[in-house]
Amino acid sequence: MKKLTISLVIISILVACQGPTKDAQSNKKKDHLNLTAAGATFPMPFYNLAFKKYGDETGILLTYGGIGSGGGIRSLKDRVVDFGATDAFLDDESMSGMPSEIIHVPTCIGAVVLAYNVPGLNGLKLSNRNIENIFMGEITNWNDEQLKVNNSDIDFPDLPITVVQRSDGSGTTYIFSDYLSKVSENWESSVGRGKSLKWPVGIGAKGNPGVAGTIKQTEGAIGYIGSEYAFSQNIPIALVENKAGYYISPTIESISAAAKGTILADTRIMLTNPDDPEAYPISGFTWIILYKEQNYDNRSMDQALETVTFLNWLIEEDAQALARQVNYAPLPERVSSLSKEILNSVTFNGKILTQ
Amino acid sequence: MTGNKITRILLGSSSILVLLLTAGMVYSLINGAIPVFNEYGLKFITSAEWNPTEGSEYYGALSFIIGTLITSGLALVICLPLAFSASLFIGEYFRRSGISHVVGTLINLLAGVPSIVYGLWGFYVLRPLVVDLGLSSQGFGIFTAGLILAIMIIPYATSISTEVISMVPNELKEAAYSLGATRFEVIANVIVPNARSGIFASYILAFGRALGETMAVTMLVGNSNAIPGGLFDTGNTMASVIANQFGEAEGLKLSALIGIGLILFFITALINAIGKIIIKSFS
Repeated sequence: MKKLTISLVIISILVACQGPTKDAQSNKKKDHLNLTAAGATFPMPFYNLAFKKYGDETGILLTYGGIGSGGGIRSLKDRVVDFGATDAFLDDESMSGMPSEIIHVPTCIGAVVLAYNVPGLNGLKLSNRNIENIFMGEITNWNDEQLKVNNSDIDFPDLPITVVQRSDGSGTTYIFSDYLSKVSENWESSVGRGKSLKWPVGIGAKGNPGVAGTIKQTEGAIGYIGSEYAFSQNIPIALVENKAGYYISPTIESISAAAKGTILADTRIMLTNPDDPEAYPISGFTWIILYKEQNYDNRSMDQALETVTFLNWLIEEDAQALARQVNYAPLPERVSSLSKEILNSVTFNGKILTQ
Repeated sequence: MTGNKITRILLGSSSILVLLLTAGMVYSLINGAIPVFNEYGLKFITSAEWNPTEGSEYYGALSFIIGTLITSGLALVICLPLAFSASLFIGEYFRRSGISHVVGTLINLLAGVPSIVYGLWGFYVLRPLVVDLGLSSQGFGIFTAGLILAIMIIPYATSISTEVISMVPNELKEAAYSLGATRFEVIANVIVPNARSGIFASYILAFGRALGETMAVTMLVGNSNAIPGGLFDTGNTMASVIANQFGEAEGLKLSALIGIGLILFFITALINAIGKIIIKSFS
C-alpha cells in the first residue's frame, strides 16, 4: 500500500511536471492561435479579465498560470511560455542569466495596501515610522501611544497586533520591503528588500488570498496585500504617509501619480516612495517579460506576431479600462507610449516585427 | 508464451519500475541538495538561521526540523490516549458488535478526509476555538498544528492497534478470567503485554505520517521561520516551508529546500523502518 502510494505520487508529480510543457509545445505546432503565459499573482485579477476578453473577441486561446513572479521568470527561461509576468524587474545579473536578451513591458500599476482587522476601527492613518515599527515588532499592541499620535480621533482597543506576511516568495513582498527600505535605514540594514525575507515578527500565509483570509479571520491582524484582494473582500485599509508627509489612500489617481517621476527607457524602476505629494507611496509596475528575438525554439512568425499583437492590445485603452475595474491604475500616457516603443523593438530573425 | 510467464514479467517489471522511481527520487534529492551541503556543510542542519534576503542569504534547516518534530511529537502525545482507548473499545470491549463496527468505520473515515479539508476546518473552527479558550491571541502555532495532526493520525494508530489487540489469543484471556481476573486486570496483564509491540509500532507509523503532513499544517502553524519559543508560539515545519517557498526559489535557496526534502525523506524512512523492525521482531 505504502509503495503504491509513493509510486502514484511520483507518477502524478512526473505528469504534473511534464504534461503542460509538452502539451504547450505540440499545440503550438498544431495550431498557431494559443498563447501561454505564467507568473505573478499580484496582477492576476487584471490578467484574468483581460485574457478572457481578448480570447472572446479573437478566438485565441490564452492561458495564464498564477505561479508567482519567480516561476514566471523561470518558465520564460525554460521557454515553456510565450511570455512571463513579474512584479520585480530582473536586475542586470539575472538579465544576463537568460538565454537571450529579454524586454520588460509594464502593463499596469498596482498598489500594495496595509489591510487590518480591528473591530470598529476605520480610517487608520499610518506614518512611515508606524509601519516600520509594527513590522519590526516594536509596536505590539493597538493601544500603543505611537499609533495615537496621528489618529487622535480613534479610540484604540487593548488588542495585541498580529503581523501577517507572505510565507511564499512574492513580488508583493518585494514592493513592500522596497518601500520600507527606502523610508527606514534601520529596515534596510537589518531586514532589507527581497521576494522573501527574514521577518522579525509575524505569521506567514500563502499567496495574496491567504494573507487576506488570515487578516479577515484574525482580530488584531495587520498585513500587506495587493489592493484588489483587500477591496474585493472589504477589508479596511490604512492611509499611508507619503514622502511629502500627506496621508494618502490608495485610489486609482493616487496610485497613478506614483508614476509621474522619471521613468527609465527600459522601465525597470521601482515606484515606491515617490516625490509627488498626491502619490500613494507603496505601488509598483507589474511587467510582462519576453524575448526580444522571437525566433527561438521553432516558434513560428505567426506565433511571435500574435504575442506582440496581444501585448500591444493589453496596454491600450480597452484593456487598461479593465485594469481600472479591478483597482489597478492604468499606465499613464507617457509610460504606455514607452511600452509601445519597447514592443516595437521586438524582432524575428533580426527583423523588426511589424504588424 | 504462457499466461504464467506473462504475469511474471508484468509483475516483475512493474516492481522494478517502482524501485527505479524510488531510486531516481533519492538520486535527484541528493543531487539537488549537494550545493547547499557544499556551502554550509553540517551547519545546514545545525543552524536555525533562515535568511532568504539577497545579499545576506543564509540557510539553516534546524528551526524546521525542530518544528516538525515538536508538532508531530505533540500530535502523538494527544493521539495516544484517544487511539489507545478507541482500539480497546473496538478490539476488546465491544469486539464484533454493531457499535464497534460503526466506531471503527467512522475512525477509518477520518483517514480518508483530504488534508486540505482538515486545514480548512482547523482554520475556521479549531483556530477560533483556541483563541476563545485564551490559549493564544491569534490561534496559529505549534499547538493548533499539533492538534489537527493528532486528529489526522488517530485512524492510523487505531487501526493497527485494534488488529493487534483483537489478535491476542482467546485462551490467554479466558485463562486469566478463570483465575478470577477482572476485565481491567485482563487488559493490563494479558492484552497490553501481548500486544505491546504492535501497539508501539502503530504509534511509530502514525508519527511517521504526521512528519510529512503538509497542507493542514501550513494553514495553521503560522509559518514563521524560527525555532518556536513555546507550545503556543508560531513555527514552521519542513514540509510546510517547502510547499510555501519552492515557487520562487532558485539557486542556493532551491538547493536548501531540496536539502530539507532530503532530510525529511531520511527521517520518515528511518521512522518507518523502526516501526517495521519492531513489528517484525515481536510478531
